[in-house]
Amino acid sequence: MLARRIIPCLDVRDGKVVKGVRFKDHEIVGDIVDLARLYAQQGADELVFYDISASPEGREVEPAWVGRVAQVIDIPFCVAGGIRSVTAARARLHAGADKISINTPALENPSLINDLADEFGSQCVVVGMDSRKIGGIWRLHQYTGDPDRTLTSERDTLSWIKEVVDRGAGEIVLNCMDQDGVRQGYDIEQLIVAREVCPVPLISSGGAGAMDHFEDVFKKANVDGALAASVFHKGVISIPDLKTYLAQSGIEVRP
Amino acid sequence: MTLALIDTSTANIASVRYALNRLGMDPVLAATPGDAQSATKLVLPGVGAAGPAMRALERSGWADALRNDTRPLLGVCLGMQLLFGESDEDSGAGGPVSLLGLVPGRVERLDPAGAGPWPHMGWNTLDFLPGSDPLLEGIEPGAHVYFVHGFYVPEGPATIATTTYGPGISAMIRHGHIAGCQFHPERSGAVGARILSNFIKG
Repeated sequence: MLARRIIPCLDVRDGKVVKGVRFKDHEIVGDIVDLARLYAQQGADELVFYDISASPEGREVEPAWVGRVAQVIDIPFCVAGGIRSVTAARARLHAGADKISINTPALENPSLINDLADEFGSQCVVVGMDSRKIGGIWRLHQYTGDPDRTLTSERDTLSWIKEVVDRGAGEIVLNCMDQDGVRQGYDIEQLIVAREVCPVPLISSGGAGAMDHFEDVFKKANVDGALAASVFHKGVISIPDLKTYLAQSGIEVRP
Repeated sequence: MTLALIDTSTANIASVRYALNRLGMDPVLAATPGDAQSATKLVLPGVGAAGPAMRALERSGWADALRNDTRPLLGVCLGMQLLFGESDEDSGAGGPVSLLGLVPGRVERLDPAGAGPWPHMGWNTLDFLPGSDPLLEGIEPGAHVYFVHGFYVPEGPATIATTTYGPGISAMIRHGHIAGCQFHPERSGAVGARILSNFIKG
Protein backbone atom coordinates (compact mmCIF):
# COMPACT_ATOMS: atom_id res chain seq x y z
CA MET A 1 0.00 0.00 0.00
CA LEU A 2 1.23 3.47 -0.89
CA ALA A 3 2.54 5.26 2.21
CA ARG A 4 1.51 8.79 3.19
CA ARG A 5 4.54 11.06 2.89
CA ILE A 6 6.09 13.21 5.62
CA ILE A 7 7.93 16.09 3.96
CA PRO A 8 10.13 18.55 5.84
CA CYS A 9 10.34 21.84 3.98
CA LEU A 10 13.56 23.75 4.14
CA ASP A 11 13.01 27.41 3.30
CA VAL A 12 16.32 28.68 1.98
CA ARG A 13 17.49 32.27 2.02
CA ASP A 14 21.05 33.27 1.16
CA GLY A 15 22.23 29.66 1.38
CA LYS A 16 20.83 29.00 4.87
CA VAL A 17 17.66 27.29 6.02
CA VAL A 18 15.30 29.84 7.60
CA LYS A 19 11.79 29.88 9.03
CA GLY A 20 9.48 32.80 9.63
CA VAL A 21 6.07 33.21 11.20
CA ARG A 22 3.35 34.04 8.70
CA PHE A 23 6.05 34.63 6.08
CA LYS A 24 7.78 37.40 8.05
CA ASP A 25 10.79 37.87 10.32
CA HIS A 26 12.82 34.91 9.10
CA GLU A 27 15.33 33.34 11.45
CA ILE A 28 18.22 31.07 10.47
CA VAL A 29 17.78 27.45 11.55
CA GLY A 30 20.77 25.71 9.96
CA ASP A 31 22.95 24.60 7.04
CA ILE A 32 21.23 23.11 3.97
CA VAL A 33 23.33 19.99 3.52
CA ASP A 34 23.53 19.20 7.26
CA LEU A 35 19.75 19.43 7.66
CA ALA A 36 19.10 17.46 4.46
CA ARG A 37 21.29 14.61 5.69
CA LEU A 38 19.75 14.70 9.16
CA TYR A 39 16.17 14.52 7.88
CA ALA A 40 16.98 11.73 5.41
CA GLN A 41 18.54 9.71 8.24
CA GLN A 42 15.53 10.33 10.48
CA GLY A 43 13.11 8.84 7.96
CA ALA A 44 11.74 11.85 6.07
CA ASP A 45 10.07 10.57 2.90
CA GLU A 46 10.99 13.53 0.75
CA LEU A 47 12.44 17.03 1.13
CA VAL A 48 11.42 20.35 -0.38
CA PHE A 49 13.94 23.17 -0.68
CA TYR A 50 12.20 26.44 -1.28
CA ASP A 51 14.32 29.49 -2.00
CA ILE A 52 11.94 32.06 -0.61
CA SER A 53 13.99 35.01 -1.75
CA ALA A 54 14.30 33.80 -5.34
CA SER A 55 11.00 35.00 -6.79
CA PRO A 56 10.94 38.46 -5.22
CA GLU A 57 14.48 39.32 -6.24
CA GLY A 58 14.09 37.87 -9.73
CA ARG A 59 17.00 35.48 -9.41
CA GLU A 60 17.20 31.73 -9.66
CA VAL A 61 18.20 28.99 -7.25
CA GLU A 62 21.94 28.43 -7.13
CA PRO A 63 22.37 24.92 -8.59
CA ALA A 64 25.63 24.34 -6.70
CA TRP A 65 23.80 23.47 -3.47
CA VAL A 66 21.36 21.27 -5.38
CA GLY A 67 24.26 19.05 -6.39
CA ARG A 68 25.67 19.02 -2.87
CA VAL A 69 22.31 17.89 -1.50
CA ALA A 70 21.93 15.21 -4.22
CA GLN A 71 25.30 13.75 -3.31
CA VAL A 72 24.46 13.17 0.34
CA ILE A 73 20.79 12.17 0.48
CA ASP A 74 19.10 8.98 -0.69
CA ILE A 75 15.47 10.16 -0.67
CA PRO A 76 13.70 12.27 -3.29
CA PHE A 77 13.84 16.04 -3.14
CA CYS A 78 12.17 18.95 -4.84
CA VAL A 79 13.66 22.37 -5.56
CA ALA A 80 11.46 25.46 -5.67
CA GLY A 81 11.97 29.16 -6.06
CA GLY A 82 12.34 31.44 -9.04
CA ILE A 83 12.37 28.75 -11.74
CA ARG A 84 11.12 30.66 -14.77
CA SER A 85 12.31 28.60 -17.73
CA VAL A 86 12.85 25.09 -19.06
CA THR A 87 16.58 25.79 -18.99
CA ALA A 88 16.54 26.72 -15.30
CA ALA A 89 14.50 23.61 -14.50
CA ARG A 90 16.85 21.37 -16.49
CA ALA A 91 19.89 22.67 -14.59
CA ARG A 92 18.32 21.67 -11.27
CA LEU A 93 17.06 18.27 -12.46
CA HIS A 94 20.41 17.38 -14.02
CA ALA A 95 22.15 18.46 -10.81
CA GLY A 96 20.17 15.70 -9.06
CA ALA A 97 16.83 17.21 -8.00
CA ASP A 98 13.92 14.82 -8.53
CA LYS A 99 11.27 17.48 -8.99
CA ILE A 100 11.02 21.19 -9.53
CA SER A 101 8.24 23.30 -8.09
CA ILE A 102 6.95 26.56 -9.50
CA ASN A 103 4.63 29.05 -7.85
CA THR A 104 4.72 32.75 -8.83
CA PRO A 105 6.22 32.04 -12.30
CA ALA A 106 3.30 29.69 -13.03
CA LEU A 107 0.81 32.47 -12.22
CA GLU A 108 2.71 34.93 -14.39
CA ASN A 109 3.16 32.50 -17.29
CA PRO A 110 0.86 29.46 -17.03
CA SER A 111 2.19 27.90 -20.25
CA LEU A 112 5.48 27.30 -18.41
CA ILE A 113 3.69 24.36 -16.76
CA ASN A 114 2.94 22.82 -20.18
CA ASP A 115 6.52 23.41 -21.35
CA LEU A 116 8.01 21.75 -18.25
CA ALA A 117 5.62 18.78 -18.40
CA ASP A 118 6.33 18.25 -22.11
CA GLU A 119 10.07 18.41 -21.58
CA PHE A 120 10.52 16.42 -18.35
CA GLY A 121 7.22 14.62 -17.75
CA SER A 122 4.47 15.55 -15.28
CA GLN A 123 6.09 13.48 -12.53
CA CYS A 124 8.75 16.15 -11.95
CA VAL A 125 6.49 19.18 -12.24
CA VAL A 126 5.05 20.42 -8.96
CA VAL A 127 2.95 23.54 -8.70
CA GLY A 128 3.00 25.29 -5.34
CA MET A 129 0.32 27.72 -4.36
CA ASP A 130 -0.14 30.08 -1.42
CA SER A 131 -3.78 30.51 -0.61
CA ARG A 132 -5.96 32.23 1.98
CA LYS A 133 -9.65 32.97 2.32
CA ILE A 134 -10.66 36.50 1.41
CA GLY A 135 -14.34 37.45 1.32
CA GLY A 136 -15.38 33.82 1.54
CA ILE A 137 -13.25 32.70 -1.44
CA TRP A 138 -9.83 31.05 -1.34
CA ARG A 139 -7.46 33.21 -3.35
CA LEU A 140 -3.85 32.91 -4.42
CA HIS A 141 -0.97 35.07 -3.30
CA GLN A 142 2.25 35.83 -5.16
CA TYR A 143 5.78 36.77 -4.07
CA THR A 144 5.13 35.39 -0.61
CA GLY A 145 8.83 35.34 0.29
CA ASP A 146 8.84 39.13 0.66
CA PRO A 147 6.27 40.83 2.94
CA ASP A 148 6.73 44.15 1.10
CA ARG A 149 5.82 42.65 -2.27
CA THR A 150 3.24 39.97 -1.41
CA LEU A 151 0.29 40.38 -3.78
CA THR A 152 -3.15 38.87 -3.91
CA SER A 153 -3.79 37.34 -7.30
CA GLU A 154 -7.18 37.67 -8.92
CA ARG A 155 -7.35 33.93 -9.40
CA ASP A 156 -9.29 31.69 -7.09
CA THR A 157 -7.43 28.69 -5.77
CA LEU A 158 -9.78 25.90 -6.83
CA SER A 159 -10.00 26.93 -10.49
CA TRP A 160 -6.21 27.32 -10.53
CA ILE A 161 -5.77 23.75 -9.23
CA LYS A 162 -7.91 22.47 -12.12
CA GLU A 163 -6.04 24.58 -14.65
CA VAL A 164 -2.53 23.54 -13.58
CA VAL A 165 -3.49 19.85 -13.63
CA ASP A 166 -4.91 20.28 -17.16
CA ARG A 167 -1.61 21.91 -18.13
CA GLY A 168 0.39 18.94 -16.87
CA ALA A 169 1.25 19.52 -13.22
CA GLY A 170 1.99 16.20 -11.54
CA GLU A 171 1.61 17.31 -7.94
CA ILE A 172 0.14 20.24 -5.99
CA VAL A 173 1.54 21.72 -2.79
CA LEU A 174 -1.19 23.82 -1.20
CA ASN A 175 0.18 26.20 1.39
CA CYS A 176 -2.66 27.54 3.50
CA MET A 177 -1.38 30.95 4.58
CA ASP A 178 -3.79 31.59 7.43
CA GLN A 179 -2.31 28.58 9.20
CA ASP A 180 1.35 28.98 8.21
CA GLY A 181 3.83 29.09 11.04
CA VAL A 182 1.24 29.28 13.81
CA ARG A 183 1.10 25.52 14.52
CA GLN A 184 -2.66 25.34 15.07
CA GLY A 185 -3.21 22.51 12.59
CA TYR A 186 -3.59 22.23 8.84
CA ASP A 187 -6.44 24.07 7.09
CA ILE A 188 -8.62 20.98 6.86
CA GLU A 189 -11.62 22.87 5.46
CA GLN A 190 -9.64 24.21 2.51
CA LEU A 191 -7.76 20.97 1.90
CA ILE A 192 -10.95 18.88 1.75
CA VAL A 193 -12.31 21.12 -0.99
CA ALA A 194 -8.96 21.14 -2.81
CA ARG A 195 -8.78 17.33 -2.64
CA GLU A 196 -12.14 17.07 -4.41
CA VAL A 197 -10.87 18.96 -7.46
CA CYS A 198 -7.29 17.64 -7.47
CA PRO A 199 -6.74 14.33 -9.32
CA VAL A 200 -2.94 14.36 -8.86
CA PRO A 201 -1.02 13.97 -5.57
CA LEU A 202 -1.90 16.75 -3.12
CA ILE A 203 0.49 17.88 -0.38
CA SER A 204 -0.76 19.95 2.56
CA SER A 205 1.37 22.78 3.89
CA GLY A 206 1.04 25.30 6.69
CA GLY A 207 -0.06 24.85 10.28
CA ALA A 208 1.48 21.62 11.60
CA GLY A 209 2.09 21.95 15.33
CA ALA A 210 1.39 18.55 16.84
CA MET A 211 1.32 14.91 15.78
CA ASP A 212 -2.49 14.75 15.72
CA HIS A 213 -2.51 17.53 13.10
CA PHE A 214 -0.85 15.06 10.71
CA GLU A 215 -3.34 12.35 11.60
CA ASP A 216 -6.22 14.79 10.97
CA VAL A 217 -5.01 15.95 7.60
CA PHE A 218 -4.46 12.40 6.33
CA LYS A 219 -7.75 11.07 7.67
CA LYS A 220 -10.00 14.07 7.00
CA ALA A 221 -8.51 15.65 3.87
CA ASN A 222 -7.00 12.46 2.35
CA VAL A 223 -3.85 14.27 1.24
CA ASP A 224 -0.93 12.23 -0.13
CA GLY A 225 1.69 13.99 1.91
CA ALA A 226 2.05 16.56 4.65
CA LEU A 227 4.72 19.21 4.60
CA ALA A 228 6.02 20.99 7.67
CA ALA A 229 9.00 23.07 8.67
CA SER A 230 9.26 24.67 12.10
CA VAL A 231 8.00 21.68 14.10
CA PHE A 232 10.84 19.63 12.66
CA HIS A 233 13.52 22.34 12.66
CA LYS A 234 12.79 23.27 16.28
CA GLY A 235 12.55 19.69 17.45
CA VAL A 236 8.89 19.98 18.52
CA ILE A 237 8.17 16.73 16.66
CA SER A 238 10.70 14.05 15.78
CA ILE A 239 10.04 12.20 12.53
CA PRO A 240 10.54 8.69 14.01
CA ASP A 241 8.01 9.49 16.79
CA LEU A 242 5.58 10.91 14.24
CA LYS A 243 5.83 7.79 12.04
CA THR A 244 5.18 5.54 15.03
CA TYR A 245 2.20 7.65 16.09
CA LEU A 246 0.69 7.62 12.59
CA ALA A 247 1.21 3.86 12.18
CA GLN A 248 -0.59 3.30 15.50
CA SER A 249 -3.41 5.54 14.24
CA GLY A 250 -3.89 3.19 11.29
CA ILE A 251 -2.18 5.37 8.68
CA GLU A 252 0.17 3.67 6.20
CA VAL A 253 3.65 5.14 6.62
CA ARG A 254 7.17 4.07 5.77
CA PRO A 255 8.74 3.08 9.09
CA MET B 1 34.88 -4.55 -10.97
CA THR B 2 34.05 -1.48 -13.03
CA LEU B 3 30.58 -0.20 -13.64
CA ALA B 4 29.30 1.79 -16.60
CA LEU B 5 26.33 4.09 -16.36
CA ILE B 6 24.66 4.28 -19.77
CA ASP B 7 24.11 7.94 -20.59
CA THR B 8 20.52 8.25 -21.74
CA SER B 9 20.70 12.01 -21.20
CA THR B 10 17.74 11.79 -18.84
CA ALA B 11 17.48 13.57 -15.57
CA ASN B 12 18.25 10.90 -12.99
CA ILE B 13 21.79 10.13 -14.12
CA ALA B 14 23.30 12.37 -11.46
CA SER B 15 21.18 10.76 -8.72
CA VAL B 16 22.15 7.24 -9.78
CA ARG B 17 25.82 8.19 -10.06
CA TYR B 18 25.82 9.75 -6.58
CA ALA B 19 24.10 6.67 -5.13
CA LEU B 20 26.85 4.47 -6.61
CA ASN B 21 29.47 6.91 -5.32
CA ARG B 22 28.02 6.51 -1.81
CA LEU B 23 28.64 2.76 -2.20
CA GLY B 24 32.29 3.42 -3.07
CA MET B 25 31.88 2.98 -6.83
CA ASP B 26 33.06 5.41 -9.47
CA PRO B 27 31.01 4.47 -12.53
CA VAL B 28 32.09 5.40 -16.06
CA LEU B 29 29.51 7.61 -17.76
CA ALA B 30 29.10 5.83 -21.11
CA ALA B 31 27.56 7.91 -23.92
CA THR B 32 28.49 5.17 -26.43
CA PRO B 33 29.19 1.41 -26.11
CA GLY B 34 32.86 2.19 -26.72
CA ASP B 35 33.00 4.18 -23.50
CA ALA B 36 31.98 1.05 -21.55
CA GLN B 37 34.50 -1.41 -22.98
CA SER B 38 36.32 -1.84 -19.68
CA ALA B 39 33.13 -2.16 -17.62
CA THR B 40 32.06 -5.51 -16.22
CA LYS B 41 28.51 -4.43 -15.35
CA LEU B 42 26.05 -1.94 -16.82
CA VAL B 43 23.35 0.28 -15.34
CA LEU B 44 20.64 1.74 -17.57
CA PRO B 45 18.91 4.66 -15.80
CA GLY B 46 16.06 6.70 -17.23
CA VAL B 47 13.13 8.94 -16.46
CA GLY B 48 10.63 10.56 -18.78
CA ALA B 49 9.09 9.17 -21.94
CA ALA B 50 9.97 5.91 -23.71
CA GLY B 51 10.02 7.32 -27.26
CA PRO B 52 12.78 9.91 -26.82
CA ALA B 53 14.80 7.51 -24.62
CA MET B 54 14.69 4.76 -27.29
CA ARG B 55 15.65 7.22 -30.01
CA ALA B 56 18.64 8.30 -27.89
CA LEU B 57 19.71 4.65 -27.43
CA GLU B 58 19.34 3.95 -31.18
CA ARG B 59 21.40 7.03 -32.10
CA SER B 60 24.22 6.26 -29.68
CA GLY B 61 24.51 2.63 -30.80
CA TRP B 62 23.52 1.40 -27.35
CA ALA B 63 20.29 -0.27 -28.55
CA ASP B 64 22.15 -2.67 -30.87
CA ALA B 65 25.01 -3.14 -28.41
CA LEU B 66 22.70 -4.11 -25.56
CA ARG B 67 20.95 -6.70 -27.75
CA ASN B 68 24.32 -8.48 -28.13
CA ASP B 69 25.74 -7.89 -24.65
CA THR B 70 26.04 -10.54 -21.95
CA ARG B 71 27.29 -8.43 -19.03
CA PRO B 72 25.03 -8.06 -15.99
CA LEU B 73 22.65 -5.18 -16.69
CA LEU B 74 20.39 -3.31 -14.26
CA GLY B 75 17.63 -1.12 -15.67
CA VAL B 76 16.21 1.55 -13.36
CA CYS B 77 12.67 2.99 -13.67
CA LEU B 78 12.20 3.85 -17.37
CA GLY B 79 15.47 1.94 -17.88
CA MET B 80 13.70 -1.22 -16.67
CA GLN B 81 10.73 -0.64 -18.98
CA LEU B 82 13.04 -0.17 -21.98
CA LEU B 83 14.24 -3.77 -21.56
CA PHE B 84 10.81 -5.10 -22.64
CA GLY B 85 9.33 -5.53 -26.11
CA GLU B 86 6.90 -2.71 -26.62
CA SER B 87 5.30 0.19 -24.73
CA ASP B 88 1.78 1.59 -24.99
CA GLU B 89 3.25 5.05 -24.53
CA ASP B 90 2.65 7.23 -27.58
CA SER B 91 5.64 6.95 -29.89
CA GLY B 92 4.95 10.41 -31.30
CA ALA B 93 3.94 8.74 -34.59
CA GLY B 94 0.59 7.49 -33.35
CA GLY B 95 1.59 3.96 -32.37
CA PRO B 96 3.28 2.02 -29.58
CA VAL B 97 7.02 2.40 -28.97
CA SER B 98 9.31 -0.49 -29.90
CA LEU B 99 11.70 -1.14 -27.02
CA LEU B 100 14.95 -3.10 -26.68
CA GLY B 101 13.19 -6.46 -26.66
CA LEU B 102 15.60 -8.11 -24.23
CA VAL B 103 12.85 -9.37 -21.91
CA PRO B 104 9.47 -10.73 -23.08
CA GLY B 105 6.53 -8.55 -22.06
CA ARG B 106 4.97 -5.19 -22.70
CA VAL B 107 4.63 -1.87 -20.92
CA GLU B 108 1.07 -0.68 -20.35
CA ARG B 109 -0.58 2.45 -19.01
CA LEU B 110 -1.26 2.08 -15.30
CA ASP B 111 -4.86 2.42 -14.17
CA PRO B 112 -4.82 2.85 -10.36
CA ALA B 113 -8.58 2.06 -10.33
CA GLY B 114 -9.39 3.93 -7.13
CA ALA B 115 -6.10 3.17 -5.35
CA GLY B 116 -5.12 6.85 -5.61
CA PRO B 117 -3.99 9.50 -8.07
CA TRP B 118 -2.20 8.77 -11.38
CA PRO B 119 0.81 8.59 -11.72
CA HIS B 120 1.96 6.18 -9.02
CA MET B 121 4.20 8.44 -6.94
CA GLY B 122 5.61 7.71 -3.50
CA TRP B 123 6.79 4.94 -1.19
CA ASN B 124 5.16 1.57 -1.73
CA THR B 125 5.91 -1.91 -0.46
CA LEU B 126 8.08 -4.51 -2.13
CA ASP B 127 6.47 -7.95 -2.04
CA PHE B 128 8.47 -11.08 -2.86
CA LEU B 129 9.43 -14.55 -1.77
CA PRO B 130 12.59 -14.36 0.36
CA GLY B 131 15.55 -16.03 -1.28
CA SER B 132 14.10 -15.69 -4.77
CA ASP B 133 16.89 -13.53 -6.18
CA PRO B 134 20.36 -12.38 -5.05
CA LEU B 135 19.33 -8.73 -5.68
CA LEU B 136 16.84 -9.05 -2.80
CA GLU B 137 19.31 -10.41 -0.28
CA GLY B 138 19.06 -8.64 3.08
CA ILE B 139 15.71 -7.01 2.21
CA GLU B 140 12.56 -7.80 4.18
CA PRO B 141 9.33 -8.36 2.24
CA GLY B 142 7.11 -5.31 2.84
CA ALA B 143 10.04 -2.86 2.78
CA HIS B 144 9.18 0.49 1.20
CA VAL B 145 10.82 1.81 -1.96
CA TYR B 146 10.20 4.99 -3.94
CA PHE B 147 8.15 4.80 -7.15
CA VAL B 148 7.40 7.46 -9.76
CA HIS B 149 5.75 6.13 -12.91
CA GLY B 150 2.57 6.25 -14.98
CA PHE B 151 3.23 3.15 -17.13
CA TYR B 152 4.00 -0.30 -15.80
CA VAL B 153 4.86 -3.90 -16.61
CA PRO B 154 2.15 -6.34 -15.43
CA GLU B 155 3.30 -9.34 -13.42
CA GLY B 156 4.89 -11.93 -15.70
CA PRO B 157 7.50 -14.70 -15.87
CA ALA B 158 10.36 -12.23 -15.29
CA THR B 159 8.79 -10.63 -12.19
CA ILE B 160 10.75 -11.24 -8.97
CA ALA B 161 9.07 -8.62 -6.75
CA THR B 162 5.76 -6.82 -7.00
CA THR B 163 3.96 -3.85 -5.58
CA THR B 164 0.25 -3.05 -5.74
CA TYR B 165 -1.36 0.20 -6.87
CA GLY B 166 -4.58 -0.87 -8.51
CA PRO B 167 -3.13 -3.85 -10.39
CA GLY B 168 -0.05 -5.84 -9.37
CA ILE B 169 3.04 -4.12 -10.77
CA SER B 170 6.41 -5.68 -11.65
CA ALA B 171 8.58 -3.85 -9.13
CA MET B 172 11.69 -5.91 -9.95
CA ILE B 173 12.43 -8.24 -12.83
CA ARG B 174 15.08 -10.82 -13.71
CA HIS B 175 15.74 -12.47 -17.08
CA GLY B 176 19.12 -14.20 -17.15
CA HIS B 177 21.88 -11.57 -16.87
CA ILE B 178 19.32 -8.78 -17.08
CA ALA B 179 17.54 -7.27 -14.06
CA GLY B 180 15.51 -4.18 -13.41
CA CYS B 181 13.81 -2.02 -10.78
CA GLN B 182 10.65 -0.06 -11.57
CA PHE B 183 11.28 2.06 -8.47
CA HIS B 184 14.25 4.33 -7.86
CA PRO B 185 16.83 2.49 -5.74
CA GLU B 186 18.95 5.66 -5.78
CA ARG B 187 16.12 7.43 -3.93
CA SER B 188 14.90 4.55 -1.74
CA GLY B 189 16.97 5.06 1.38
CA ALA B 190 18.83 2.13 2.93
CA VAL B 191 16.66 -0.45 1.11
CA GLY B 192 17.57 0.97 -2.30
CA ALA B 193 21.23 1.21 -1.35
CA ARG B 194 21.23 -2.47 -0.39
CA ILE B 195 19.72 -3.48 -3.74
CA LEU B 196 22.37 -1.49 -5.63
CA SER B 197 25.03 -2.99 -3.40
CA ASN B 198 23.69 -6.49 -4.14
CA PHE B 199 23.95 -5.75 -7.87
CA ILE B 200 27.53 -4.53 -7.48
CA LYS B 201 28.58 -7.58 -5.45
CA GLY B 202 26.49 -10.21 -7.25
